[in-house]
Amino acid sequence: MANVVVWAVWVVAAFSCLASGIAVVSFSNPFFSALALIGNLASLAVLYLLLSAEFVAAGQVLVYAGAVMVMFLFVTAYLGGRADAPWAGGPTWQQVGAVLASGAILIEVIVVIGLKAGGRLSHEAKIDSGFGSPHRIGRVFLTDHLLAFEITSVVLLVAAVGAVILGAHSRAPERLEAHEGP
Amino acid sequence: MKGPEIVWYLAVAASLFATGALGVLLRRSLLIVLLSLEIMLNGANLALIAFSRLHGESSGQIFALAVMAVAASEVVVGLGLIVAIARKRLDLDVDKLSFLRG
Repeated sequence: MANVVVWAVWVVAAFSCLASGIAVVSFSNPFFSALALIGNLASLAVLYLLLSAEFVAAGQVLVYAGAVMVMFLFVTAYLGGRADAPWAGGPTWQQVGAVLASGAILIEVIVVIGLKAGGRLSHEAKIDSGFGSPHRIGRVFLTDHLLAFEITSVVLLVAAVGAVILGAHSRAPERLEAHEGP
Repeated sequence: MKGPEIVWYLAVAASLFATGALGVLLRRSLLIVLLSLEIMLNGANLALIAFSRLHGESSGQIFALAVMAVAASEVVVGLGLIVAIARKRLDLDVDKLSFLRG
């Protein structure tokens, strides 16, 4: 019985994940695309939970679906989402090329995974109930992967400083033009 | 609790990655190209977590968390660039932004 429930949750999450991914790509309004991406991230968090990665699922909802997407929606609203219709008119060579290239990427990834790990994918390791818990993740983070942890904080700091500098520099020429104008 | 095998998660991850790649190649709007990049990163994240579950090893989840931090920084810098481009009254169209002059 529990088996059926897990399968049902998986099917719903995977389907909504792929459907909202396609929706992000095919909506013409960036605002609706960003909303669809929130659904994509939420269903991915469900898949993470099924893979017993509780801490990553919580981080996904908090950081991605929360902070990052709010920033996205804010900028989209600020810029007044200009629509561009992806499928308007006949297919151009660019669109045909894009579809062919992404299909090639899909086949390539599947072939590489099948060749390298094909036989071993059905033997899942036994895990205890603490796998993926904040306690376990925190312990690994602060022992084995301390350098990655510290570098991550530096990367975030550099990104924040870079965004501030970008914002400060882009304002200067506009003010000059305003002074030169009538 | 016996759910679907890891292969199915990897299939979803590969399809997500291809969907994101399609969006990056197909769409002309800068904002949607950035959103599609997020989908690609999430496809890679799902594969990392699936393999971490397969091997019963927490390091894959650490890697996924690092990818999330890098994705957040990428969004911050990307949105900063987009706002800077919009302030210069340029079109937010990757086909028209083909010159790299200030």
